[in-house]
Amino acid sequence: MTTTHSRTAGPAGSSEPTAPAAPAARKTTYREAMREAMREAMRADERVFLMGEDVGRYGGCFGVSLGLLEEFGPERVRDAPLSESAFVGTGIGAALAGLRPIVEIMTVNFSLLALDQILNNAATLLHMSGGQLPVPLVIRMTTGAGRQLAAQHSHSLENWYAHIPGLRVLAPATLTDARCVLAPALADPDPVLIFEHGSLYNVSGDLPADPGPVDLDHAAVRRPGTDVSLITYGGSLPKALAAADDLAADGIGAEVVDLRTLRPLDDATVGGSVARTHRAVVVDEGWRTGSLAAEISARLTEQHFYDLDAPVERVCSAEVPMPYARRLEQAALPQADAITAAARRTLGEVGEEPG
Amino acid sequence: MSATRTPRTGRPTSRPGRAAAHRLALLESMLRVRRFEERCVELYSAARIRGFMHLYIGEEAVAAGVNEALTDEDAVVSTYREHGHALARGVPAEAIMAEMFGKVTGCSRGRGGSMHLFDVSRRFYGGNAIVGGGLPLAAGLALADRMTDRDRVTCCFFGDGAFAEGEFHETANLAALWGLPLLLVCENNLYAMGTALARHQAQTDLALRAAGYGMVAWAVDGMDVLAVEEAARRAAEGVRAGGGPHFLEMRTYRFRAHSMYDSDRYRDKTEIEQWKERDPVEGLARRLREAGELSDEARTALEDRLAAEIDAAVRAADQAPEEPIEDLLKYVTSPVKASRP
Ligand SMILES: Cc1ncc(C[n+]2csc(CCOP(=O)(O)OP(=O)(O)O)c2C)c(N)n1
Ligand SMILES: [Mg+2]
Repeated sequence: MTTTHSRTAGPAGSSEPTAPAAPAARKTTYREAMREAMREAMRADERVFLMGEDVGRYGGCFGVSLGLLEEFGPERVRDAPLSESAFVGTGIGAALAGLRPIVEIMTVNFSLLALDQILNNAATLLHMSGGQLPVPLVIRMTTGAGRQLAAQHSHSLENWYAHIPGLRVLAPATLTDARCVLAPALADPDPVLIFEHGSLYNVSGDLPADPGPVDLDHAAVRRPGTDVSLITYGGSLPKALAAADDLAADGIGAEVVDLRTLRPLDDATVGGSVARTHRAVVVDEGWRTGSLAAEISARLTEQHFYDLDAPVERVCSAEVPMPYARRLEQAALPQADAITAAARRTLGEVGEEPG
Repeated sequence: MSATRTPRTGRPTSRPGRAAAHRLALLESMLRVRRFEERCVELYSAARIRGFMHLYIGEEAVAAGVNEALTDEDAVVSTYREHGHALARGVPAEAIMAEMFGKVTGCSRGRGGSMHLFDVSRRFYGGNAIVGGGLPLAAGLALADRMTDRDRVTCCFFGDGAFAEGEFHETANLAALWGLPLLLVCENNLYAMGTALARHQAQTDLALRAAGYGMVAWAVDGMDVLAVEEAARRAAEGVRAGGGPHFLEMRTYRFRAHSMYDSDRYRDKTEIEQWKERDPVEGLARRLREAGELSDEARTALEDRLAAEIDAAVRAADQAPEEPIEDLLKYVTSPVKASRP
């Protein structure tokens, strides 16, 4: 991996692989990259359509689908009523009947109203029908905190979905991934959930002219290092990269692993990194108890117990409904300095105990 | 609806000989469900069938009648009380029995059991045991037909209990809003498990409420298979003509308990006996006998044929192999992954 990180280039843009020979990289944002991916998919395949609340005339509650209605018309960019269960289930049925729907749910919090359809139908029909009913559906939704939206618009529940067999769960964290995961997700014969961290939409940076295919089966090493592995995904990736910068200033080489696919987890890449560094810090915006970080920690102790030189550290959200006040919200979230401190602890340096 | 319009399926009912044959076919369709399920009860008592099992006995006219309005191209979405819908749709008794025996030859390869029968080759999309859970999915099948200009109807069965679920109301609104080719068949058997209709619906006239969504909706005597068929044909024609979703409230009754676990304490035995006087199977048989369309010999021959069919299904299910344990994780995800570029 040739990933380099320069702090001045901005949080997520900096995490892109730099390909010096690449022709005409262009400036874009995470939001535009995602929109571009949808536009490309809808141009390429008539079966693809977008459905969700306010995806059409409003342009998507986070502006992701702005302009798509004008290009593709109301049949293929469908404003759905506020009926999460009905329009997610409608997406499932349409997928069964041969279409390739992209269903947008405004945020993961509202996806709970469609949890029945996602778990009891999308994830289950293939198995329950003895292989007769694959569900080629893509569901996109926003996740995460950091914008002072308080306790009903800020939680990171992707781990709940990553618990479910039958689903593929993605968390694109970079511009390239935002641009490139949709096509393979649509090509997947099974349901794919894409979690877009709300803090990433405005991230801007250079997108290579031909970013190339993204491999959904593998995690990505975003920055190589030899002393400690920082394992993370989604909205926490920029924080982990910032922490790696801080550590580098003190001569500590942190390797940053971006899970990218939360289910199925890429044990080989994660484990390979830890086998090299012998220390692991897992950073996850979900609540610590029962978190994805807990799962990764368990797998590391199962598979790499003798590689580890220190207990696995976790940096997660505090166990509290996300508060509104900025100071409180920031205190509840994983932050670069907490990641740095955790990394130092794995190296035997004095640091704060985990909260 | 024009009476001269040729029905799209089923046997044409214009000539008297044909009409009688058609009525006999309806009787056979209902009787198959009745006898099949009676055998299921025995097999359940013998612990050959396990899990939750919900019987359709008493409601056979709905499945048999509605099926007449559907073509092979149409789709059916059903509930956990779906033996009747599956049989009427043509899913072989053998495949259903094998499924309930947990065998690999079952219509869901033993992954589903009684509540989750699937047969995609017959566009039978199951088998949903989340009350109301099939409705959004049915809307999606219908949406796909609309978007691809296919002249097909998706028929979704659900109960009076499901009418209280958000998924029903969300789907009714969405389907009416988008004019989806959906036939909503509410099997109002007056109970959601042990809760009587008037104890779970503020307004018990379900057709009236469905009409409030802007759909054509009416109530039908669900104990009369001919009335069911006629209503279903009219509704399906309305859907095919581009009239958007149609809603039929089938007023029916289950003669047996909710499931094999239910001791049926919540209703009066006299109520059950009164409804049994309107038995859809024997009611039609009586009419045919009185019209000289069904002789005692013909009835016996029909019974023998169905018994033989069910015997064969049980035997085949018995002898069928079980899925090997090595295949436990099969069908969790699709075998060929296209995700890698
Ligand atoms: C969402 C949900 N809630 C509760 C149940 C448990 N349950 C199974 S069947 C049933 C009653 C449903 O009644 P109705 O829709 O009238 O159908 P019927 O059984 O009468 O055919 C209930 C409450 C369930 N399966 N799903
Ligand atoms: Mg009922």
